[in-house]
Amino acid sequence: MKRPRALRWMGLVFLLSIMLLAMTGCSENIIVLNPKGPIAEQQRDLMIISTLLCCIVIVPVLILTAVIIWRYRDKKGRKAAYTPEWEHSTKLELIWWGIPVLIILMLAIITVKATYDLEPSKPIASSEKPLTVQVTSLNWKWLFQYPEQGIASVNELKIPEDVPIRFEITADSPMNSFWIPQLGGQMYAMSGMAMTLYLQADEVGEYWGSGANFTGTDFAKMYFDVEATSKEEFDAWVEEVKTDSPKLTLEGYKQLREPSTSEVQSYSAFPEGLFEMTVTKYAASHNHGLSWKNTQNFEFEDQVTR
Amino acid sequence: MWEKIKEFASEFFVTGDPLIYGADVTIVLTLIAIVSGLTYFKKWKWLWREWLTTVDHKKIGIMYILAAFLMLFRGGVDALLMRAQLAMPELNFLPPDHYNQIFTTHGVIMILFMAMPFMFGLFNIMVPLQLGARDVAYPFLNSLSFWLFFSGAMLFNLSFVIGGSPDAGWLAYPPYSGTMYNPGVGQDFYIWGIQISGLGSLMTGINFLVTILKMRAPGMKLMKMPMFSWSVLSSCIAIIFSFPILTATLALLFLDRYAGAHFFTLDGGGNPMMYINLIWMWGHPEVYIIVLPAFGIFSEIVSTFSKKKLFGYKSMVWAMMIISVLSFLVWAHHFFTMGSGADVNAFFALTTMLIAIPTGVKVFNWLFTMFRGRITFETPMLWTIGFIPCFIVGGLTGVLLSVAPADFQFHNSYFLVAHFHQVIIGGVVFGYFAGLYYWWPKMFGFTLNERIGKWAFWFWNIGFYCCFMPQYVLGLMGMTRRVVTYSWDKGWWELNLVSTIGAVLMAIAFLFQVWQIVDGFKHQAKNRDTTGDPWNGRTLEWSIPSPAPVYNFAVLPNVSRQDEWWEQKQSAGAHQTIKQKLEPIHMPKNSGVPIVMSAFWFIAGFGFIFDWTGFIYTGLAGVVGCLLYHSFNYDTDYYIPVDEIERTEAAIRKVNI
Repeated sequence: MKRPRALRWMGLVFLLSIMLLAMTGCSENIIVLNPKGPIAEQQRDLMIISTLLCCIVIVPVLILTAVIIWRYRDKKGRKAAYTPEWEHSTKLELIWWGIPVLIILMLAIITVKATYDLEPSKPIASSEKPLTVQVTSLNWKWLFQYPEQGIASVNELKIPEDVPIRFEITADSPMNSFWIPQLGGQMYAMSGMAMTLYLQADEVGEYWGSGANFTGTDFAKMYFDVEATSKEEFDAWVEEVKTDSPKLTLEGYKQLREPSTSEVQSYSAFPEGLFEMTVTKYAASHNHGLSWKNTQNFEFEDQVTR
Repeated sequence: MWEKIKEFASEFFVTGDPLIYGADVTIVLTLIAIVSGLTYFKKWKWLWREWLTTVDHKKIGIMYILAAFLMLFRGGVDALLMRAQLAMPELNFLPPDHYNQIFTTHGVIMILFMAMPFMFGLFNIMVPLQLGARDVAYPFLNSLSFWLFFSGAMLFNLSFVIGGSPDAGWLAYPPYSGTMYNPGVGQDFYIWGIQISGLGSLMTGINFLVTILKMRAPGMKLMKMPMFSWSVLSSCIAIIFSFPILTATLALLFLDRYAGAHFFTLDGGGNPMMYINLIWMWGHPEVYIIVLPAFGIFSEIVSTFSKKKLFGYKSMVWAMMIISVLSFLVWAHHFFTMGSGADVNAFFALTTMLIAIPTGVKVFNWLFTMFRGRITFETPMLWTIGFIPCFIVGGLTGVLLSVAPADFQFHNSYFLVAHFHQVIIGGVVFGYFAGLYYWWPKMFGFTLNERIGKWAFWFWNIGFYCCFMPQYVLGLMGMTRRVVTYSWDKGWWELNLVSTIGAVLMAIAFLFQVWQIVDGFKHQAKNRDTTGDPWNGRTLEWSIPSPAPVYNFAVLPNVSRQDEWWEQKQSAGAHQTIKQKLEPIHMPKNSGVPIVMSAFWFIAGFGFIFDWTGFIYTGLAGVVGCLLYHSFNYDTDYYIPVDEIERTEAAIRKVNI
């Protein structure tokens, strides 16, 4: 018998797949469902609520499908009703226009409320003063500048726990997307503009972030470490960087901007206004020359005037 | 001189990768085999007369489907290469640049050169037969549409061996697709391949809209039309409004690249966000364009194989029309994370959720068509039943994605990848397969081996779940789309391996289908469909012989009811061919203009890609020449005399009885 053997073989593959699935350990690795900050937490809750709401319709429908197919399959001597001309029932149709309308209505209310609550540029309520980190997506690395501390780092983001972080995000490269799954959803990094995203880590720990939007050859190497430390440790790290690390010069930034991957680096200082200049050099020409003068002084031998 | 040629060749031809050399050799050998085969069997003239110049909608449909299968093969190989690369962490099977090209061509080919022609093929073959018409409204335009699609598709595929493939993703977002980051010709192949075939798509949309509105058999009111034709109508409306957006958008992108314009550049006042809005204003309707006809196919099949009238006909029609309109109001849900603000995001989240309502209604109506029916499980019905749970789950994840704040976590991840594959494979591909199996006897006049078909079905389904369910989880693990590889410490490899196994199962399923078709042709004499109605169908296409004669209906049917053919069979017993007086039938003449004109388009496109003015002028002049020639050609139709119709009908009957 050819058929059962092949079926068994397919069953084996299926079983093996499920075992592999189980091996992943489920919770630990599924980081989006294992949030470490208030934003990611609310987003996780939203996912669970919306899934449950949808399941109110979907689970019964799946069961109904199975029952109908089983019960009305054609078989000799089948006694189940057969009504070949029955094609309309206002009552039934009202029910299945009505149920999805109700569920979607509920979901819509939840979504709209959450959309305003979780608007990424909305500050996180906290007694702590937010820390600003300026993020620049480069080909193929991330530059983080801490304007208040006056330091910078590449591919490594250190933040103090329980302090809202105000990310200002731009790109000196194709459009990317800045994403730290365990802290919250992503935000596009685009040239010529600075996007605002508030995130916060509630726990000390090591997380990671990535560039989520395709930018070319080494796009897959744009992961970066995220470390949330206590405030004291963060301050100590700042001090350490200030004393031990080299300065990021303009020349150094230009080199950094060249397409390449990069190790983790840190800088004790960066040229003043580097982030603003990165943003405005793209925006200047269509901002009615708002800061064009400044950009001129900045002397980018840039691709813009290519 | 020799050095110069060598230098030119090394830039002109794609070099460096053994995979590509292998493909080169295969392509050349296949071409030689085809050309020598045709010459040896003296089939050139036959090919030209019967196929290349045909305006017969049934033959054009078959050519569309054949092209779609070839493209399914290429897109599928792309998919397998990608899954092989991702099977284990830190593999170096494909270098990043090659990988980037492959996911780009996979996306473009599967949507534009597989799903679209497959859909147009089914439109072509079935819409006139269902409507009781003798051809589409504009047969010449129909042929031109096909050849434009074909030359666009070939131009796009040419980039594999000449110049280099595009690598900016299937929608080619600037600034990455601009000359600043993408100076090669790959993006230009993308633009011109899609532009040329896009013209064809727009024409097909117009053609079928007019066919449906003007060519229905006497007495067939719109609300008595078969559901597949309704779905085609809703799809065509979306085509007509959305494809011009695509053409304009790509034209602007081309101007940026070719003429140094600044529509979507970072400098000079351009704005890439405009492109992303525009391309999705086409891109979102596009996915409904391809899925609506699948809904129509399922409706036909579910009713035929449950031996019961379609439940809630009016609801179904309204649902499709609502989907067709709403599909234009949801585009921004593809970039909730672009910082449009809460107002915009809330609006687009809501419109997106609204689409779930009519879609849900359709599912209920299919279920209640089966309810109190008598269901049999031939392959078309199997695909339909496989579709329902798959689409329900895909719909669920779609609704999850529409929850804007949560989408900040789903966006660009494998969760999204799994979602759109689930609705496109589970909805569109399953739907077209169902349609192909359902209408195969009508197309070719013989039935296929059901047993092999069932194997294909089960492999496709198990492979599908095995491949894409893990990807939802991978998305939640933070794996982003389009990464060429990943490290061991992320903990992604087990699920990726499962996913790759699933892809292989689907590849095996495809082989089963090829085997099934080959087997069908081999044993066609044994499996001839002599009734013209092998499934006990309900609509007009089953009232004529299989395959349909060139004029489809010897006498145009008179329609008074929905499911006209079924009702006729119920009331008058078997074939009650009332002897009606035959009249000469007015038919369109074959024309070589469409294929020649499309060849000129190909040349012009190629010229634009490499900026070879000679090619551009030759191509465009040829196109204009063809237009002029056709405008002054008044010899475009003929009449089939009555005695020939009688002879054809008698011959069919003799075979059939």
